[in-house]
Amino acid sequence: MKIVLSVAGAALALFLTIAMFGGAGWTHPPMANKQTGFRGTGMDLIRTRAGNEELAAANRAPAPADPADASGDKASAVYENVQVLGDLSAEQFNRVMVSITEWVAPQQGCTYCHSTENMASDELYQKRVARRMFQMTQHINSSWKENHVHEAGVTCYTCHRGNPVPANVWFDTPPPSAGKFIPRNNGQNLASANVGLTSLPYGIFDDYYSRKDTPQSYVRVNATTALPEAKSKPIQDAERTFAIMITMSQALGVNCTFCHNTRSVAQWDTSTPNRVHAWYGVQMVRDLNQDYMRPLTTTFPEARLGPTGDVAKISCATCHNGANKPLNGAKVIEPYPELAHPTTQVSLPVGEAKDPIPGTTTPTPKPPM
Amino acid sequence: MAMLSYERKYRVRGGTLLGGDLFDFWVGPYFVGFFGVTGIFFTVLGTALVIYGAAIGPTWNIWQINIAPPDISYGLKLAPLKEGGLWQIITMCALGSFVSWALREVEICRKLGIGYHVPIAFGMAIFAYFTLEVIRPFLMGAWGYGFPYGILSHLDWVSNTGYQYLHFHYNPAHMLAVTFFFTTTLALAMHGGLILSATNPKKGETVKTPEHEDTFFRDTIGYSIGTLGVHRLGWYLALAAGFWSAVCIVISGPFWTQGWPEWWGWWLNLPVWR
Repeated sequence: MKIVLSVAGAALALFLTIAMFGGAGWTHPPMANKQTGFRGTGMDLIRTRAGNEELAAANRAPAPADPADASGDKASAVYENVQVLGDLSAEQFNRVMVSITEWVAPQQGCTYCHSTENMASDELYQKRVARRMFQMTQHINSSWKENHVHEAGVTCYTCHRGNPVPANVWFDTPPPSAGKFIPRNNGQNLASANVGLTSLPYGIFDDYYSRKDTPQSYVRVNATTALPEAKSKPIQDAERTFAIMITMSQALGVNCTFCHNTRSVAQWDTSTPNRVHAWYGVQMVRDLNQDYMRPLTTTFPEARLGPTGDVAKISCATCHNGANKPLNGAKVIEPYPELAHPTTQVSLPVGEAKDPIPGTTTPTPKPPM
Repeated sequence: MAMLSYERKYRVRGGTLLGGDLFDFWVGPYFVGFFGVTGIFFTVLGTALVIYGAAIGPTWNIWQINIAPPDISYGLKLAPLKEGGLWQIITMCALGSFVSWALREVEICRKLGIGYHVPIAFGMAIFAYFTLEVIRPFLMGAWGYGFPYGILSHLDWVSNTGYQYLHFHYNPAHMLAVTFFFTTTLALAMHGGLILSATNPKKGETVKTPEHEDTFFRDTIGYSIGTLGVHRLGWYLALAAGFWSAVCIVISGPFWTQGWPEWWGWWLNLPVWR
């Protein structure tokens, strides 16, 4: 009996050791060095050279389509029901159509959005969504140019990467409930991939990423005074903040020190400039989810909605896909000026375009350059 | 000066590792030896350089004095004195003095004719320091990954280096190290409690013998490790704590670049419940 147990124990230990060393993502030097803070503060990007190259290779921007002739009849004159890109020449319009097919539905082709019987028909929900997404792309490239996307800009490919549904979208998680033998889990302790396999709360996206009215103090849990002067936030809030921050780290393939000096994470003057970009990025994501994604809820068929009947939404990971600069920072918008500015104010098919940042106005539509 | 009981045995010539009879003498109660001399040399030089570093730095506030390693861009090269070179020389001095002290302990062990338990234990602490400041920076490819010398600055480094892996408490070797550190203190507390109880009996009772101590532990937890064994256990626990500390930091970076929580993916992916 003792021998049997010893053999079983040894076999189990061997099996677990193999799983531990073979199953996990161990790496080895040489390292790719990148310092993000003053020397000796331990603020560094930790990547191996091989991992860095792999990441760069996985985030290459596709070659842009050859430029098209701007002269000739306008698309709105040649085709029916062209609502957003009607000011382009028919050739330019077709170029964008070919590009979006490559970006979003390379396997499915034109018929992913267009009815074969009538290309102009809005019968397919994909077409109605795509039209709104064109407007969203134009909105990102204009209203968020200065503070977040800069010269790089975004195209459909930034998020879609050849998939009709971008790989990194999120849905609301059903509220935690007691079931069978499992007591209420408070929405945590599930080793959820959302929060990097930690035990932290996982249903954290909705409040933080999808509402423009979420107060700026939402994630701030540190005390601002030396001694408590009022009831402070509960530890659950701190765990929620930690979880939210982990989603951002995962999205960008960076660690906490990319933005923060963790000696005092809340302090702006010891943080890196990256934190400012990230802050605007979060405002942008809230803007897009509230004004562009949520209003599309009824446009999507039920099968495309999440477990609570909500529409697929955006987080940092949707564009970044594990890289701190999406598509390695390539200036993807340069060859597509028609997507760089709003060309129509028509709100289609549902939801209305609002001013993205309070106190600013949506740029007046102008024809593509 | 009165002699301690073991000094007659201790104050013998020979047993030196280097230098023969050269420094084989005592100053008052203190043995000098070759490594005492090198130890003094490195300590004085290193401390002087720390003070020099503070003098050219922005503050004399003892908490805020900071002597930082070079920028990562210097790689494994020597850096200018005021841009991390000082840190490099101070690190050499620190290692020189720590190793000198350990070897002086070896010489004293040889004079006393006892085992090398004390220098080996101190050697583990040196190994942990060497891992942090030399082995890991070497593997990472830059001295800049070492921790800075400063009371608060080195704590900031610990914080940031931990957050480089999102949540360091998920590091399995860190878990082992922390567990060994706590177990060391628990064992010491229990052992200390036992000794104090046995040697401070109630009025009218005699001091208890090891036989009594063994019986107490056999009655309460079913096993007594014994008077000699408890010291071997303490030695092992303390060294294991230091060893796994070194392991937990050397794997962070060179051999693991993601968040430590993600390491546990292998467990979640076991074919038993995947």
